[in-house]
Amino acid sequence: MTTDPAAASAALAADPAAADPPGAVLCSALTYRFGAHTAVDHVDLRIEPGETFGLLGPNGAGKTTTIRMLTTLLKPMSGTIAVFGTNAAAHPMRVRRIIGYVPQLLSADSTLTGWENVQLFARLFDVPRRLRRERVDGALAAMGLSEPAGRLVSTYSGGMVRRLELAQALVNAPRLLVLDEPTVGLDPIARTDVWEYITNLRDGLNMTVLMTTHYMDEADLYCDRVALMHRGTIRATGTPADLRASLHDGATLDDVFRHYTGGTLDDDTAKGGLRNVRQSRRTARRLG
Amino acid sequence: MSASPGVPPAVSASYASPGLAGETVLDGLRRLASRIVTLCWVELRKVRHDRSELYMRGIQPALWLLIYGETFTRIHAIPTPRGVSYLAYLAPGILAQSALFIAIFYGIQIIWERDAGVLTKLMVTPTPRSALITGKAFAASVRSVIQAAVVIILSALLGVSFTVNPLRLLATFGIVVLGSAFFSCLSMTIAGIALKRDRLLGIGQAITMPLFFSSNALYPARVMPGWLQAISRFNPLSYEVDALRGLLIGIPADLWLDTTVLACATAAGITAAALLLPRLAR
Repeated sequence: MTTDPAAASAALAADPAAADPPGAVLCSALTYRFGAHTAVDHVDLRIEPGETFGLLGPNGAGKTTTIRMLTTLLKPMSGTIAVFGTNAAAHPMRVRRIIGYVPQLLSADSTLTGWENVQLFARLFDVPRRLRRERVDGALAAMGLSEPAGRLVSTYSGGMVRRLELAQALVNAPRLLVLDEPTVGLDPIARTDVWEYITNLRDGLNMTVLMTTHYMDEADLYCDRVALMHRGTIRATGTPADLRASLHDGATLDDVFRHYTGGTLDDDTAKGGLRNVRQSRRTARRLG
Repeated sequence: MSASPGVPPAVSASYASPGLAGETVLDGLRRLASRIVTLCWVELRKVRHDRSELYMRGIQPALWLLIYGETFTRIHAIPTPRGVSYLAYLAPGILAQSALFIAIFYGIQIIWERDAGVLTKLMVTPTPRSALITGKAFAASVRSVIQAAVVIILSALLGVSFTVNPLRLLATFGIVVLGSAFFSCLSMTIAGIALKRDRLLGIGQAITMPLFFSSNALYPARVMPGWLQAISRFNPLSYEVDALRGLLIGIPADLWLDTTVLACATAAGITAAALLLPRLAR
């Protein structure tokens, strides 16, 4: 069963709109095609300042493509995407200055120390010299990495690399933190650990967080609102509780997802699972 | 947990700053300079973390000078300007060659960064593509400059008397930087086409020797057959070697022409590599 775009925007309209008029992220009719395949198909989305928003869906749903347009790595083929009122396609440099981005792969430079990795991003984001030390040390401390900061990243565990990447994103004091599958490839303990840090950040700094995930349990626990994405379109938007309640009593977010996507989640996750295995193997090899 | 210490408030001042609305050429240049400094800083840090590579890289030029150089000096097969031993004539050529060998494989690093996801993250920072490539091109020359110093010291140990004029030595390093910047851009351009580490290695192996032998690094261009002379004229390495010989051992050289050719080649290389960068970040 599919929901028409009107229902999705109705869900958006029903949400209590926060003070900031442009919203943190505003997509309208956002579209991207790879050849004949439409990866993102007329997506309308509004994320309010200060909320943690989850974009959920199996691998191949179009989440990462949406993120890549948001982070200015891809130009939308049609439609627009704006971050705090700034059009990402028209002003990529301005948008890059206000977002912190943690990609899906573990991607810190393993031949540098943790401190050097964060220092590099402080410089690339033009953090003024007099503020740099304070910012770098602060970001490392906030992620619980002050002690291992002087060690080469090749000695870090997966969870530590993820926290280091968060520190790299934070050093710029972004208004919007974009996390693409923040816990993929981490063991359960590291996963809880990373979430604890993300939650603390959001509460402490009132930052807007956009994350993608295909772990429905994590979305349920940590997201204020979620959008269900499938085959390039948004099938439903709302708070996890509302979405669950709208289905039936005792429904999980997984059930909701299956309801909106026609139960194809399993096939897609199986496919995605293989890709993830390959990816984490690559990561393992890289980090030695 | 206190998440806040040191982490600045979420409301970012940079967003509101007026400089972002209309960026001037000067802002762009300042940012370019800042990126070059930053990426060179990173490269220096990497060299410091793993110094074994520096020592290993010293072996090849030492062999060229010690075995090839000494032997060919003895047999007087290659004509050199009056009063210049073949070893002295060869040394700047070997300097350029060993800097070339480092730079031509620099693309491997960018492919590694692509596979590691680091490149994507770099491209999401406020760094235009051309500034990223320029920064990397100059960062690549950090290792070449160190290598140049090693070769100069090796040559001095073998009795070659190079200039001691500090300005000429400084200019020597300037030429090495330009040469490496060009060849690393060539390598990053190939990386943008090849996309795979092994393929880049193969192409790199295939072109280094032709570049080397079709230049004046081992022998003056005038002893080459006509067709090779023609190729040599289009080989940036020849201009680099010519400039280095002029600066280090005082053989007459057209420094302005050499510098202009290298600078133009570098600019073309930066453009090509920057245009191909999105292929790598896909």
